[in-house]
Amino acid sequence: MTSRSQARLGRSILLHLFLTPLALIWLFPLWMMVVFSTMPDNGIFSPGIELLPHDGFIDNFNNLQRDTNFVGAIGISVSVAVTYTVLSVLLTSMAGWALARYEFHGKGAVVAIIFGTITLPYAVVLIPQFIMVARDFALANTWIALIVPPLFNSLGVLFMRQAFSMMPAELFDAARVEGVKEWRIFLFVALPLARPMLAALAIILFLASWNNYLWPLLINSQPGAMTAPVALGTLIGLTKVSWGGIMAGAVMLTVPMLIVFVLLQRHFIAGIAAGAVK
Amino acid sequence: MRTQNATAYRFLTPYLLIFVVFWIWPIISSFLISFQATRTVPWRFAPAFNWGRLIGDPAFYNALKNTLLILVIQVPVMIALAIGMAVLLNSPLLKARGLYRFAFFAPVVVGEVAYSAVFRLMFSLDFGIVNKLLNSIGLPKVDWFSNVTPAMALIMIAVTWRWAGYNAIIILAGLQSIPEDVYEAATLDRVSKVKQFFHITLPLLKPVIVFCAVLSIIGTMQLFTEPFLITERGGPGGGTETLGLLLYRQGFRSLNFGYASAVAYTMAGLAIAITLVQLWLMREPK
Repeated sequence: MTSRSQARLGRSILLHLFLTPLALIWLFPLWMMVVFSTMPDNGIFSPGIELLPHDGFIDNFNNLQRDTNFVGAIGISVSVAVTYTVLSVLLTSMAGWALARYEFHGKGAVVAIIFGTITLPYAVVLIPQFIMVARDFALANTWIALIVPPLFNSLGVLFMRQAFSMMPAELFDAARVEGVKEWRIFLFVALPLARPMLAALAIILFLASWNNYLWPLLINSQPGAMTAPVALGTLIGLTKVSWGGIMAGAVMLTVPMLIVFVLLQRHFIAGIAAGAVK
Repeated sequence: MRTQNATAYRFLTPYLLIFVVFWIWPIISSFLISFQATRTVPWRFAPAFNWGRLIGDPAFYNALKNTLLILVIQVPVMIALAIGMAVLLNSPLLKARGLYRFAFFAPVVVGEVAYSAVFRLMFSLDFGIVNKLLNSIGLPKVDWFSNVTPAMALIMIAVTWRWAGYNAIIILAGLQSIPEDVYEAATLDRVSKVKQFFHITLPLLKPVIVFCAVLSIIGTMQLFTEPFLITERGGPGGGTETLGLLLYRQGFRSLNFGYASAVAYTMAGLAIAITLVQLWLMREPK
């Protein structure tokens, strides 16, 4: 073996020696989430070290369902996340299309306002949004309250504007010459071409809605109207509560997303790398 | 191109309505509310009422101090870690790349409530796996929840775990956009890998790193769920109370909207200052 390939091998071994423990530490909380979700409470709160799953997941799930209607809350979370994702993708891609492909009065101002306010913290709008939705519109504890206000998110607009402006104009001009209406061009030419970007955006938006905590906590605090993270959050810190059950809930919130992540990693990473969320 | 006002606004208006009602108007409204005494009916205009109270409120300084402390320690550590993860994940020597990527990126999809619950359990005093492991290698147990320093450390550990991979994804994308031939020339000139990292990679990554830092600062500045759920409402004794938590307590527990708006606008002021610093750092060299 030459000294160069020996040096390469040495470096490769060092790299793995460093990265493997770090990766294990990083996976540890997720692994423990799964392990805890399968252990009875007297196992979780015992002095021994348990690092392997048991068989108590169903019992824990039943305990969770006894503590709060988690299945109902999951139903709300799924419906809200799906509706929000569809609406948000539609609204932001329409707006992104307008900003990318048309010249119109006020375009500069719209772009400037979106960019100029994008780094403002969400905390700033929390109180007026709450007053408006809960008091003025009297919509607290409804689906509308969960779905509509978060649609303001402008990152999708910028993301789709970018996607549409990278497409060659000839694609659309050809259709225009044939007299195709603008909304048909948008629906049947532009959107299909933007499919990878739409997928990335949809995944990121779905995840954001699925995991959203603060707004649903404030606006839908009644038991029958809670989303799954809020329902689970109410149990944390209670004294007479099944921790195995809480962990079963955490697994139900997390594992589906992990599977989606593994299957659609490319879109996920494209969405995050474009700064499409947060 | 001729102007196409009618067509353009047909596409733009649905989004714009929501954007104005739920984003632009609340930004203005919360500024106005911060100058009103909101615990009287009807609210009355009292410019110094909330801001005056804010300036003299020890709870505000405590929350501000905690928030800044978390920012100053957690963000640099996490960004450094994220750069390290990204550079190593990008190494051509790495085998089983997919597994490592999964390990570091998986926390990105984990919700705040789920991971807060797990961290709370993992770090509990007598039965937490972390203290058990510390004990098993001969170290003393740490009381993560009753003392301020470990509680702050716990919050920072949790946030770092959740967000390092997220930043690594962005930095990795930045790394992969650096053309190979930059390194080839350096390698021919026998520049060491370490020197290449500091003299080529880092300067070229600067825009991406600044972007990540700003996102992270603005995110961490609003930290709410972790001190709310992990350290139980900012415990021990307000030791981990953040501005986000103060806003929540004032706005939604005490229903003191005016004061909470003043807290919110303090966060906005910090965010604006940080954004200006970013723009200054990213300015085109003349």
